[in-house]
Amino acid sequence: MIALDAIDRLIVNSLQGGFPLVERPFADAGARLGISEDELIVRVARLVHSGAASRFGPLWNAERLGGAVCLCAIAVPADRFEAVAAQVNAHAEVAHNYARDHRLNMWFVISTEHPERIAAVARQIEAETGLEVRLMPKEEEYFIGFEVRL
Amino acid sequence: MTDPTRNAADLDRDLVQATQAGLPLLRDPYGAIAAGLGIDRAEVIARLTALLETGAIRRIGLIPNHYALGITANGMAVFDVADDAVSAIGRAVAARREVTHCYRRPRHPPDWPYNLFAMVHGTSRDDVRAIVADIAAAIGPALAGHDILFSTRILKKTGLRLAP
Repeated sequence: MIALDAIDRLIVNSLQGGFPLVERPFADAGARLGISEDELIVRVARLVHSGAASRFGPLWNAERLGGAVCLCAIAVPADRFEAVAAQVNAHAEVAHNYARDHRLNMWFVISTEHPERIAAVARQIEAETGLEVRLMPKEEEYFIGFEVRL
Repeated sequence: MTDPTRNAADLDRDLVQATQAGLPLLRDPYGAIAAGLGIDRAEVIARLTALLETGAIRRIGLIPNHYALGITANGMAVFDVADDAVSAIGRAVAARREVTHCYRRPRHPPDWPYNLFAMVHGTSRDDVRAIVADIAAAIGPALAGHDILFSTRILKKTGLRLAP
């Protein structure tokens, strides 16, 4: 765990969104936090380089860029788990895949440039594995606020 | 300066590629991106503003690394909530500081009765269990059942990729 001082915590808590779209955004954001433009730049760089933040910038929403994503789940027999994971992961459209502790024990995200490809990839995985792929598309998204409060 | 043959989709793709690893940590980050793309800063700022308004950009700022900040446990909490109450309950669950990624998704009866998903973050699995119990209690009689799925292993993880 990374040691953060009070100003770092203030930055983490207040700068997960709302970074200004202006010529000198660090000056504006720093003024709101009571620190200088250059100090904010140095501290943000340190938060990123130390690993406390994974990055600083826009959080893109792939679906709104014309692409599509869909969460999927499969109940995989324990003795076939590794083989099925390899079959699923071999698809370039599979972006994330997690083992989870449930009868539906493999959860992955299919991400495609065109929405109609989602079902095609799922059917292909079903054909390859002989297992039913449960599609769990987002039907409604609730507000995504700031992620972390320190 | 602007190449008239480039359309908005090309610009969006360029902006994704220029910023998906983060903004340049410089006094004039949008100017630096614009210089790299051979366009004006004003065009970069105008397009990012529009993408933020349409939701193609969720937000601009620090993307925290939960694990490095000591928030090392997370569980996918799933709830079976009455259909006529799920939107209001979803918004209330999403507003909690421990919750990210809160969505309504289809049920798959009989194996999968759950229609509300929330990623719950905590300092330990017991902490996550306590938070989920608190959420379940807050939902009250509209809740027919719930579960928590902890991830036991990451099998694959890649970032946002756009086809070339």
